[in-house]
Amino acid sequence: MNRTQKQSRTAILILRLIAGLVVLILAFLIGYIFITGLPNVSWRFLTSPAKAFTAGGGIGIQLFNSIYLLILAMLISLPIALGASIYLNEYAKDNWFTSTIRTAIEILSSLPSVVVGLFGFLLFVIQFNYGFSIISGALTLTIFNLPLLTRNIEEALAGVSDDQRQGGLGLGLSKYETIIHIVVPAALPGIISGIILCSGRVFGEAAALIYTAGQSAPALNFGDWNPFNIDSPLSPLRPAETLAVHIWKINSEGIMPDLTKVSSGAAAVLVLAILIFNLSARYIGRKVFEKMTSVN
Amino acid sequence: MQQNQKLAKQLMKKSKTARYERFGHLLSLSALLLIMAIVLGIIIFIATKGLSTFFKDHISLKDFFGGVIWNPGTQTPSGQQAVGALPMIVGSFLVTILAAVVSTPFAIGTAVYMTEISPKRGAKILQPVTELLVGIPSVVYGFIGLSVVVPFVRHTFGGSGFGILSGTFVLFVMILPTIVSMTVDSLKAVPKYYRQASLALGATKWQTIWKVVLRAATPGILTAIVFGMARAFGEALAVQMVIGNAALMPHNLVSPASTLTSVLTAGMGNTVMGSLQNDALWSLALVLLVMSLFFNLLVHFIGRKGAFKK
Repeated sequence: MNRTQKQSRTAILILRLIAGLVVLILAFLIGYIFITGLPNVSWRFLTSPAKAFTAGGGIGIQLFNSIYLLILAMLISLPIALGASIYLNEYAKDNWFTSTIRTAIEILSSLPSVVVGLFGFLLFVIQFNYGFSIISGALTLTIFNLPLLTRNIEEALAGVSDDQRQGGLGLGLSKYETIIHIVVPAALPGIISGIILCSGRVFGEAAALIYTAGQSAPALNFGDWNPFNIDSPLSPLRPAETLAVHIWKINSEGIMPDLTKVSSGAAAVLVLAILIFNLSARYIGRKVFEKMTSVN
Repeated sequence: MQQNQKLAKQLMKKSKTARYERFGHLLSLSALLLIMAIVLGIIIFIATKGLSTFFKDHISLKDFFGGVIWNPGTQTPSGQQAVGALPMIVGSFLVTILAAVVSTPFAIGTAVYMTEISPKRGAKILQPVTELLVGIPSVVYGFIGLSVVVPFVRHTFGGSGFGILSGTFVLFVMILPTIVSMTVDSLKAVPKYYRQASLALGATKWQTIWKVVLRAATPGILTAIVFGMARAFGEALAVQMVIGNAALMPHNLVSPASTLTSVLTAGMGNTVMGSLQNDALWSLALVLLVMSLFFNLLVHFIGRKGAFKK
């Protein structure tokens, strides 16, 4: 074996070691989260309210808040992202206007989430006077979510073959009709995967929420589903600490005795949720595709 | 005659479909313009708030960027306003650069392993794991930092455990998956015939990787690193949980320090809108925004220089 071959062998060995080390770190991370966290997760933990000073608190309200905020933010951002991506992929010409807008979306997607949160604080909490509330949080999450969701939907639309468009136009449909009735349905599996992946990101976001949805989770009356009552779970004007904010909050200034238990349990729930989002994004996208294509 | 006119009117009128088309076009355009307005809004809002420290409160740029005492609303021993943001700026840059320096070799090594050495194992194990890790919320990283990294640093290096070093460790793990997955993409974009040509010339596998594949993918790898740095620079909560939050110039890597984001998250709730304390925080947010724009510009610049010529 000559010198270069030896060198090649050693280098590749080192690369293997590095990759092995990284796998170890990552495995440790995931293992640590689940092994320390999952034993603390029980049905009671998932449903009972948090306690500030004594042990035995749960994450029920925070979990509900996270899910509610996620749904609201998705409901607001989906039509906007869909419209924007339709324009970018179907109508936009290759000119300065389009490239300016693309740059703007890129800038928005790379903004630190704390900056987005501060903007939401300035605009929704103070200017619009919504206070620390679900609605401020949902609107801020919308801003946080828009660039990535737009990009994901645009990719899904771009994946639809041009034959489909020509087919629609050939049948005498207008461009917009072609898009709504042919292109968007054809891109649906990709759009759904994109939505679920974005949901995972929104679900775990905290920095954008601490000054918009607030850091407190007042008790809710789960028997009252009238959104106009302030202690109703659906009320958009109540402050709503989410799961991710809760982990940050209790670790920065929490004083309950079982702080580590609560936060490791909450972290495990959060990561489990992300895992489910990731896996289901692929699965559901594929299922929808199969269902749509096997019908014909 | 009248009938003709009526007919002419009818013919000149847009059909229902044409109006629907116009409606759809404008609807999607307005969604796009809304996003554009949000971006402009963010920049304008934060710039006006951030600049009022200098225009309304008459703090000089030198005091803000050069001062080392941060306690807005009070005065330094020498009689200036104590709005020196240098400790936070240094803290932010230190953790970002250190994290990038530590993770880059690991990330490139892993990415090369995934694409060049063992693609099968890479696709089966490493790919899904990095995807999952990119999605793990930053508070979870912060929590692990708090319960694992901080005690570890305290035992090994002494001090309280909170500081730049802990922040670097946490950010290293946080940006590693980001850099890995983007580097993998850029390595995969290198055409196969580059490798074949190199191997056919008698180069070893390592020579091919080092002299051909990595060279060809350099712009993509640089973009990945810049993205990782942008993420590290803007990361708020994970860093805030482990860095110690003392607005002091870092003396060493294990003394408590702070970053722009950590001071922002810790301080914004305790100040009154419009006061100097509050304006100074907005100036920090503005620095953050400008740095984010700078990272963006850098990515564009690298992309234009190194676009793959096919």
